[in-house]
Amino acid sequence: MSKVTSTAPAQSTMAHRGTLPAAKLGATLLLCVAALAVVAVLSLRVGSIGISNADAFDALFHYNPASYEQTVVRTLRLPRTIIGLGVGAALAMAGAAMQATTRNPLAGPDLLGVNSGAAFGIVTAVYYGHLTHPLQFVWFAFAGGLAAAAATYAFGSAGPGGATPVKLALAGVVVSSLLSSWLTALLLLDQQTLEVVRFWLAGSLAGRDVTTFTSVLPFLLVGLIGMLAMANQLDILSMGEDTARSLGMHTGRVRAVVTALVVLLAGAAVAAAGPIGFLGLAVPHIVRLFTGPDYRWTLAYCLVVGPLLLLSADILGRVVARPGEVQVGIVTAVLGAPVLIALARQRRVAEL
Amino acid sequence: MMARSTSPSPETTPPSVRFVQLGEVAFRVNTRVLSMIGVALVVLVALGAWALTLGSFRLSLQAVIDALTGAHAGDARFIVRDLRLPRVLTASFVGAALAMSGAIFQGLVRNPLVSPDIIGVNAGASFAAVFWIVTGQPSPLLPLIAFAGAVTTTAAIYLLSWRGNIAGPRLILVGIGVNAILTALTTGLVVRANIYEASRALHWTTGSVYAATWGDVRVMVVVLAVLAPVGVGLMWALRVIQVGDTTARSVGLPLERTRLALILVGCALSAGAVAVAGPIGFVALMVPHIARMIAGPMSGGVFIVTGVLGALLVLGADMVGQHALPVSVPVGVVTGAVGAPYFLFLLYRANTRV
Repeated sequence: MSKVTSTAPAQSTMAHRGTLPAAKLGATLLLCVAALAVVAVLSLRVGSIGISNADAFDALFHYNPASYEQTVVRTLRLPRTIIGLGVGAALAMAGAAMQATTRNPLAGPDLLGVNSGAAFGIVTAVYYGHLTHPLQFVWFAFAGGLAAAAATYAFGSAGPGGATPVKLALAGVVVSSLLSSWLTALLLLDQQTLEVVRFWLAGSLAGRDVTTFTSVLPFLLVGLIGMLAMANQLDILSMGEDTARSLGMHTGRVRAVVTALVVLLAGAAVAAAGPIGFLGLAVPHIVRLFTGPDYRWTLAYCLVVGPLLLLSADILGRVVARPGEVQVGIVTAVLGAPVLIALARQRRVAEL
Repeated sequence: MMARSTSPSPETTPPSVRFVQLGEVAFRVNTRVLSMIGVALVVLVALGAWALTLGSFRLSLQAVIDALTGAHAGDARFIVRDLRLPRVLTASFVGAALAMSGAIFQGLVRNPLVSPDIIGVNAGASFAAVFWIVTGQPSPLLPLIAFAGAVTTTAAIYLLSWRGNIAGPRLILVGIGVNAILTALTTGLVVRANIYEASRALHWTTGSVYAATWGDVRVMVVVLAVLAPVGVGLMWALRVIQVGDTTARSVGLPLERTRLALILVGCALSAGAVAVAGPIGFVALMVPHIARMIAGPMSGGVFIVTGVLGALLVLGADMVGQHALPVSVPVGVVTGAVGAPYFLFLLYRANTRV
């Protein structure tokens, strides 16, 4: 991330119409990082039981298993905070990358069918393999997501013309709807399966084990670092196929690499937390209204604002319906959508 | 924006295009599209007739015709006229309305991924309907409530997107936002409801034409009879809008009034269909693409092709869901599975004409 900030485009040839200058962008990014740190600490402290700063600190650095508060932090709050940080960053960056490669504001991380593929993998495994515990789900989700994305890419790039953004997007929508048809049919036929997967399908940070996250963490890290390294290429790709080609870019190759990275990010996110919608779609739009079309800034902001929004939504979901909880997916939408609408109205919509 | 202009340049005008002069006005008629409409209608009627013979009480085609013409009284007449015919007609009309609505919205915002399900129109209907179901209100009013939900949501999206004009990208972003809020609130309602009402709500949001009545058919006839001709008439304006705002204004098109008219027609088509059958997925998004791939750029004629293909898809999907599977499932589950393979085949063959 520091690399991205240091290559800050004060000399960028791209116009920043209606956006902030580089120095202000950097300062705002630091503010967002500080806000994220505060929210992460709050995420350890707030919930059905309040935790003091001291207990939260001790749980992290001088863990005493005899303390009830510290056990809560260590076994419940810490995993969901870590998962929230990883998943939020992954979904936001994957969404930004998809919007750049397809040049479509409706593109999100699930456009390649990753989410419905993961759900398909799990439901099929539960129906035929009689799995019962969410801990067994992670690899089925990851494999299903990967397979669906591969199918989307195969269909989208088959035939004359190769993989154009429109064909890819449409193939993704079709593969998704094909898989969800199958999924809905299985769930309508078999209530047992519905009972097992219902909670997973809601998409949540709670009740997810940290081991499911650490097992997909390598993929997530490869995706995050790889995507940051591709920021320059995304910039050029988002100018359009013809411009990118005339600048000497192998658009097909770059698009394939970016797509693979998106699949890693989205696959890891869905395997760790289930399908969380809207975040990956909305955060890049919110961020772009500040950063403009420069993807080096957009990706850096996504890395911070994605987890910021997701963790804030998760905390709010714990508070509003105490002692129960509102699913993070619901809160994310109710919290993020008005921001998106207000920003879309206030500023000139940043063209992709 | 990725959508391309769909108006052909003069040198690529296909040989099947004829010009018909009626007094002062000349019409551009594509005979290939006309014959396509004819073929699709024949297939639709044949499929409908087949659907009337199917069911736990199998009938011959002759028996169906007799029942329709009133030659026989009795069971067959009741089954065909009061049970099967309303369902077949409702499925066809709902499919046509959804597909036409999708064609209008995709052209309007020049984005091939847009449909009334994505920018919040259907989510508004769903939220209103689920609220009605979950709070235990009288169910006869359900279609009316769903319709009101869709219309209110469209009005909200329109007002929130208005900044002196309606720009495509802003409309999409506002639509996504409104859609996300309403979907989240609907999920919240379903999670908090008891299991009986939750399953009723889920069934409604899947979309089905199960137990369709002549009342449903009448609603859809009115919706299509009023809106489909208006849609066909607006197609030339839609093509001008797709070329770009500047061009549209320079040829004297009242841009914002035309946009409002298109939004109203698209919304009302979708709202009518959703009120009767629930938000059946896939149709509004995909059928316009299928129509464009086989019949060419959107025009009045291709708009009609879109409607007939939508009718074919929903009717076919309902037949599969009702008869071909071990357990009968709502049509909303099947539309994707029935339409997707054909769409993938077309996508494989297509150049980048989408």
